[in-house]
Amino acid sequence: MNDMGIGQSVKRSEDIRFITGAGRYTDDINLPGQTFAVMLRSPYARARILSVDASAALALPGVVGVFTGKDLAADKIGDLPCGWLVKSKDGSDMIVASRPPIAVELVNFVGEPYGLVIGETLAAAQAGAEAVAADFEELPPAASLAAATEGPQIHANAPKNIAFTWELGDAAATDAAFAGAAHVTTLTFANNRLIPNAMEPRAAVASYDPSTQDFVLYTTSQNPHLERLVLTAFVGLAPEHKLRVISPDVGGGFGSKIFIYPEETAAAWAARRIGRPVKWTADRSEAFLSDAHGRDHLTTTELALDANGVFLGLRVRTRANLGAYMSTFGSSVPTFLYGTLLAGQYRTPAIHVEVEAVYTNTAPVDAYRGAGRPEATYVVERIVETAARELKIDPAELRRRNFIRPDQFPYATPVALVYDTGDYEASLARALELADYKGFSARRAAAEARGKRRGIGFSCYIEACGLAPSQLAIQLGAGVGLYESGEVRVNPTGSVTVFTGSHSHGQGHETTLAQIVSEKLGVPFEQIEVVHGDTGRMEFGLGTYGSRSAAVGGSAVVRAADKIVVKGKRIAAHMLEAKPEDVDFDEGIFAVRDTNKKLSFGEVAFAAYVPANFPEDLEPGLSEKCFYDPKNFTYPAGSHIAEVEIDPETGVVEVVSFVAVDDFGTVINPMIVAGQVHVGIAQGIGQALLEHGIYDESGQLITGSLMDYCLPRADDLPSFTVDTTVTPCTHNPLGVKGCGEAGAIGSPAAIINAVTDALGVADIAMPATSERVWRAANGL
Amino acid sequence: MKVSMVVNDVPRELDVAANALLVDVIRGQLRLTGAHVGCDTSQCGACTVHVNGRAVKSCTMLAAQAEGATVTTIEGIGAAGNLHPMQAAFQDEHGLQCGFCTPGMIMSAIDLVKRSGPLDEKTVREGLEGNLCRCTGYHNIVRAVLGAAAQMGAEARS
Repeated sequence: MNDMGIGQSVKRSEDIRFITGAGRYTDDINLPGQTFAVMLRSPYARARILSVDASAALALPGVVGVFTGKDLAADKIGDLPCGWLVKSKDGSDMIVASRPPIAVELVNFVGEPYGLVIGETLAAAQAGAEAVAADFEELPPAASLAAATEGPQIHANAPKNIAFTWELGDAAATDAAFAGAAHVTTLTFANNRLIPNAMEPRAAVASYDPSTQDFVLYTTSQNPHLERLVLTAFVGLAPEHKLRVISPDVGGGFGSKIFIYPEETAAAWAARRIGRPVKWTADRSEAFLSDAHGRDHLTTTELALDANGVFLGLRVRTRANLGAYMSTFGSSVPTFLYGTLLAGQYRTPAIHVEVEAVYTNTAPVDAYRGAGRPEATYVVERIVETAARELKIDPAELRRRNFIRPDQFPYATPVALVYDTGDYEASLARALELADYKGFSARRAAAEARGKRRGIGFSCYIEACGLAPSQLAIQLGAGVGLYESGEVRVNPTGSVTVFTGSHSHGQGHETTLAQIVSEKLGVPFEQIEVVHGDTGRMEFGLGTYGSRSAAVGGSAVVRAADKIVVKGKRIAAHMLEAKPEDVDFDEGIFAVRDTNKKLSFGEVAFAAYVPANFPEDLEPGLSEKCFYDPKNFTYPAGSHIAEVEIDPETGVVEVVSFVAVDDFGTVINPMIVAGQVHVGIAQGIGQALLEHGIYDESGQLITGSLMDYCLPRADDLPSFTVDTTVTPCTHNPLGVKGCGEAGAIGSPAAIINAVTDALGVADIAMPATSERVWRAANGL
Repeated sequence: MKVSMVVNDVPRELDVAANALLVDVIRGQLRLTGAHVGCDTSQCGACTVHVNGRAVKSCTMLAAQAEGATVTTIEGIGAAGNLHPMQAAFQDEHGLQCGFCTPGMIMSAIDLVKRSGPLDEKTVREGLEGNLCRCTGYHNIVRAVLGAAAQMGAEARS
């Protein structure tokens, strides 16, 4: 038994540097001779750039240069692309609006960069930016889904501001299901726009060596290889092998640091242009304006049921706000990461979803924790809960009646996925127990006696994680495969360096991947180092998002470790004068079966690099790689139960209990998994009760600071009750499914189901702020 | 302008701009990059340090205002092998993920424990209201602070 292996709550090895202030984030990096960049940002939601007069700025001391989109265009810096091609239901390709990194003629959202100022100091660059005189012709904006319908056409190639109209499922079968239904439940609601707010703002430190034409870009990326690929193959900054992208410690991402942004691109270009390193760090206001936002859907959903509450069909019509441009994966979020999840945990036989994706004069919208799957779960779990109330069936019972049963796996849904395994009743049963569901009516009565209103809400979510089988993803329009790389390099002294194409920005890969290797190779945990986030040090990788690091990246490391064992057996067999097939490996010992001949892992490692008398067909060295391409998505699922108490006098919602029971398959580190669930729930409660990104009609972001946008603080949240049930994933070597997004996917519906239960209303808009709740509680 | 202060027990004579914020001097001139800048409205608390023993958001004061002060940053409270109980508790309870808010959170939490009476979950949550964390949902931070408070109390008594 390895007490630092798989299944153990090993303390995180990366923590020491973070708790002592020794973490190294991008803004902590300073290069000799570095300059500072400040972006010039559009004050208008939609405008034509008439002129940019830099003369006064250039006359200021310490201003090194002022550049505009024309300067980048002159250097053949190309558009920022969207990496996922979606086709409309008529077969036509989605309409992609041109997005130069720095706007050339038109700006299309408040905060879009139209230039940058470089200074010897940050203060000089800021003063320079103040002195730039830009002249705009303001154009009427369409700053919301509603305004985009009738409003001005933003992009010349996108009539009615529609980028695509996508569908999935069988429309005729769904219509037939509704025609035969005993009951139909209908809801229309918005999924509120969120602003990710990783605590570390985005940043870049770029340098260029003219003697070798090599770029080095330190940046806050969740996927440095993808950043390099896009900046070189599509944007045309440099040949791919001439750009090294390093993501050092990164202070949270939640999706927002996946994407290829204007500012990092411009900083790298500017380093070559001026021949000196350039540093750019966003302040929080810039993060609000320019990080890709999340969600922002308007949906009507209908559920058809028979007289016994069995689901017959689900129809979903969604309008999704893309923002002003299609961000790197903006097209995939409201389509393949959304429509495919609408079966939820249920046997609903007919489903049809249609999504109209719309350009607006707002910041681009892309993946934020859960990305499409929270929106899908909200649709399914709100309509199911509402149907239960309308039919006066206990909401847990209605779900049980419709769950896919354990003996039905693998289960092909009507929306293109094949679930490999699960046990939904098990997680619901455990959640009901932990939430003391039986005692709820007594608690509600006690609350009423105190003048409070109590409600309970369920959410039985499913998600598709472990993105993704490359063949399937590419068939569906992905511009890259979605495998992951892993390398296990055994050093001559027997210590191990693990390289992964995944990237940790809080998830704890340095610990969990070391646990995996310790388990597989019997090497002490302390002698294993995990390296990530540097295109100069490891194989091509796809990075971290979609709860994929353990399922895909971890599996790559397992396969590489397996190859180490195979090679080690050949070396041991040679040294012990046995056949490789007669050598067993267990807990770090190579032993010849039925003999007392054995070698330690360290002895074999040393021999690999001191290869005395190796036969011709046995190469020296002990280092192996794997590119792991999953066969299917993984399907984490679980049951969340929220209990809230509302003060009708103030409208304040107190989350008195939140229970999450999740099935993530095999758990590598229970402590880390619980931590991932906690924050997911916190972000989901934030969406349900507090957070809302709001633009006014003129396209100004009126929630543009932490004073206006309400992030959950410690006293807004309860402690959480979390537990797991386990059905191991059937198709990866670890049996893991992924845990990073579940909390954010399941929790908003549970909270709103609880709030509406407490208030006795059919719906309440997210975020259910105290004002909205107070109005609902008082019938206003 | 000239400013003198003691930072992590080291006397410093610094030449700073009159409008330089304490956090920018700590990070930029002293290269003590444990204090982080997470916002521009003094909302996030990632830059929290101790000035004369009290937790202060170092973006809320000018470096010049620290004239004669004793400043302690995260780098000054403990190091690997000799961690402050609050640092150790954050690791033990998994009270951090990306680590960006962590130095400020630890500095606030130490001050909270020192100036408070007995703490419970509610008072810890209220006491940390000025520090934002987007990674943990605060659950394990609260546990860490309560654990460290017990440890610090025991050390103070012994």
